[in-house]
Amino acid sequence: MPLNFNDLQFVIGSADRAVAMSLLKPLPPFADEVIEFLNALSKELMKKSRGFSDVATFAFWCRKPALLQEKKSYDDLASRLGRGVIFHSTPSNVAVNFAFSFAAGLLAGNANIVRLPGKEFAQVDLICAVINELLQQDFQNLAPYICMVKYPPHKEISDAFSALCNGRVVWGGDETIARMRLSPLPPRAVEITFADRHSLQVINAEAYLQADNKERLAQDFYNDTYLSDQNACTSPRIIIWLGNKTETAREIFWQKLHLLLKDKYNLAPVQAVGKLSAFYKAAAEKPLRLCASPDNLIMRLELERLDEDLMDYKYNSGFFFEYQAENLAEILPLASVKCQTLTYFGLEKEQLAEFFKTVRPHGIDRAVPMGKSMDFTLVWDGYDLIRELSRKISIL
Amino acid sequence: MNEFERACGFAPFAPDKAEKSAFLTSALRNLTAQHYQNCRAYRNMLDAGGINPEKINDYHDIPFLPVSLFKQMTLKSIPDNEVFKTMTSSGTSGQAVSKIYLDKNTAANQQKALVKIVSEFTGASRLPMLIIDSPSVVKDRAMFSARGAGILGFSIFGADRTYALDDNMQIDIPAVKAFLERHQGQKILLFGFTFMVWQHFYKELLKLDEKINLSNGVLIHGGGWKKLIFEAVSPAEFKRCLSDVCGLSDIHDYYGMVEQTGCIYMECPQGHLHASIFSDVIIRRPLDFSPAAIGEKGIIQVVSVLPESYPGHSLLTEDEGIILGEDDCPCGRKGKYFKILGRLKNAEIRGCSDTYAVKF
Repeated sequence: MPLNFNDLQFVIGSADRAVAMSLLKPLPPFADEVIEFLNALSKELMKKSRGFSDVATFAFWCRKPALLQEKKSYDDLASRLGRGVIFHSTPSNVAVNFAFSFAAGLLAGNANIVRLPGKEFAQVDLICAVINELLQQDFQNLAPYICMVKYPPHKEISDAFSALCNGRVVWGGDETIARMRLSPLPPRAVEITFADRHSLQVINAEAYLQADNKERLAQDFYNDTYLSDQNACTSPRIIIWLGNKTETAREIFWQKLHLLLKDKYNLAPVQAVGKLSAFYKAAAEKPLRLCASPDNLIMRLELERLDEDLMDYKYNSGFFFEYQAENLAEILPLASVKCQTLTYFGLEKEQLAEFFKTVRPHGIDRAVPMGKSMDFTLVWDGYDLIRELSRKISIL
Repeated sequence: MNEFERACGFAPFAPDKAEKSAFLTSALRNLTAQHYQNCRAYRNMLDAGGINPEKINDYHDIPFLPVSLFKQMTLKSIPDNEVFKTMTSSGTSGQAVSKIYLDKNTAANQQKALVKIVSEFTGASRLPMLIIDSPSVVKDRAMFSARGAGILGFSIFGADRTYALDDNMQIDIPAVKAFLERHQGQKILLFGFTFMVWQHFYKELLKLDEKINLSNGVLIHGGGWKKLIFEAVSPAEFKRCLSDVCGLSDIHDYYGMVEQTGCIYMECPQGHLHASIFSDVIIRRPLDFSPAAIGEKGIIQVVSVLPESYPGHSLLTEDEGIILGEDDCPCGRKGKYFKILGRLKNAEIRGCSDTYAVKF
C-alpha cells in the first residue's frame, strides 16, 4: 500500500521503510542488538538530557543492566518472537511516553511505527535526533525496524498504518481509542489500549508518623500528583487513611506537602476556580466536608462514605478526597475496572496480595510504593507488554 | 420590604462605601439564608464548607459559586411551577450553557434595576431606539439567549424600536435612513453587542458612499471584547472609529452576565465601569481567594441583591479585572469603579489523556 499523504511527516525513517517492514524478520525478545542499541541511546541521552528530568528518567530506565534485570523475570523467552510490525499512537500532551512505548515494542522483538505527540516538545526532538544518529552509525542493522511519524488525526493515515501492522498500541485515553478503532486492524493483529483511568493512595497513619523522612515523602507524593497536575492516570485522586492517629498524621502530611508546594507549584487562576467549582459540585451531591487549608494549593474533601460513582467528581491540580477506612477491603467500591494504580505507604506487600486474593476487585492493575506511580515498567496498566507484543511458539 | 425594594430606596450611584457596605451585608446575608432554606444543593454546599448563613458579618464572607456550576447542574430556589422563564448563556454549539431560572418577581426586578441604572446615563425619558442586531435574535421566546435577553431588556428604554440589521445580519440601509429621518434633531439610543456593532454596523458604514450622521446618538454596547481582540481593536480605537464614520461620540460599554441579568456595570465618560447599589464587584486573589487591594489584578467576583429565584447572588466569574478606585471617580458616581482585563487564561493541564489531539 502506498503511503503518500501530504500531512504525513517522517521524523525517522521513510514511507518506503514503513511499507517494507512487514518483510523483516521478527527479533527474539530482549535481542542483544536491541539491548545494545537502547544502552547506547541511554548513554547519549544521559549526556544530553540536562534540564529534562523526563528524558533522564527514560535514559536511566533503558540502561543495559536494568534491561538485563528485566529480561531475567521472563522464563519463556526462548519460545517467543516479535509479532512483526507494531503501530504506536502516543499521547499528544506527554513528551517522553512515546519513547517507552517504542522501547517496549522493540524489546518485544518488533519493527515499530511510532506516531509522535502532536504538541511540540524539545524532548521529542532530542530523543529522535539521538536515535537518528545511532541508526546512521553503529546501529544501521536496526534502522529498518524504526519509523517515527507525525500527522494530524487523519483517519486515512491511521487506516494505512493500522492495515500494515500486527499489533497496535494506543495511548491517549478513551476518545483517542474510540477514534483509532475506526481504523480496522488485520484479523490476526492484537491491540493494547490505554484508557482513561484513575488511581488512589493508601497510607497507614502510624507508619507515616514513625517515618523520619517526611520531607522526602512529601516529595514522593508530589511526584505522584502535582508533577503531572494530578491529571495522569496514575495520579491518586483519593487518599485512604488506615490505622490509628490518622488525625495527627493527616495534619503533618498536608502541612509538609504545603511547604513544598509553596516553592514548587504554580497554580493558575483558572485551576483555582476549577477546583472550587468541583468542590461545590461534589458537595451538592455527596456527603462530605471541606478541610481547612491556608490557600488554594491543596483542596481536600473528607468523605463520609465511599460511593462507586465518586470518581465522576474527580478533579485535578491538587483536589483530593480523603477517607478514613477501618481496613483495606473498604476501598472495593472504588476499585472498579476504571481504577489503575494504588500507591501505598506503610503497607506490606502480603497485605496487598491478600486484598487482591480475598476482595477480588475488577480494577487496580498496579500497587506501587508512594512516589513510584509514574515509573514505567514493562508491565503497565495490567498488560505485560513483552508478552502481549510477542507470540509464543509451542513445539509439542 | 425585600432586598430589592430596599436597594431601590437609594439613588443607584449615591451611597458611599460605608452606607453601601452596610446595606449589601444585610441584604446579601438575607438572600444567603433564603437560598440556604430553599435550595437543597446550595444548602449542601454551604454545609460542606462549614458556612452558617446566620453568622455572616460581612458580605465579603459570603461564599461565591463559580458561574460554571450553572452549566453543570440545576440550581434554583423555587418550585418548578414558579419558573417564569429560563435564561441561557450564549454558548457556541456543543458547549454547555448556563441555565438561570427566574420567577416573575426576579424577572421584574431585573428589568427595574436595569432601568434605574441605565437612566442615570441616558436620562429618564424613552428615546427612539436603533437596535444593532437582527430581529430574529428575539423571535424564539421560549429560550432566551443572552443576546435576545439583552435586547429585550434594553428595549424598555426605546420608542420606535428599529432593527438596523436584517435576518441575514446585513445592514438595512433603508430602515436606518427612514428611522433617522423620523427622528431628525432628536437624541436617539443605539444598542447592540460590541462585536455586532463592529462587524456588521461599523464595517458596513465604512463601505457606504454617503455618510450617516449619528452625532446625536448614545450607544450602549456590551457582550465583551473577546472576539474583537482577534481583530486587534482596543476600546479607544472602537470609539474613535465610530466617531469618525458616523459622528457617534456618546458611547458606553457595559459589563454584565446572564447569571446576574439586570444589575449591569455601565461605563462612565472616564471609561470606568461602575457598580451600582444593586451589586458589587470584589477582586479575588487566585492563590487564596482573599480580596485584592485597589489596583491589584485578580478574579472578578460579583454580588447582586436581585437573584431571589436561584442562588446566584454571589458568583465567581471567569474574568480578570482590577478595582480602580472607590467613591472617587471624577465622574462623581460613588461606589467601586473597575476595569475588565479579559477571560482567565486556560492553563495547559498535563495528564495522559489527549487534550490537544485535534490540533495535530
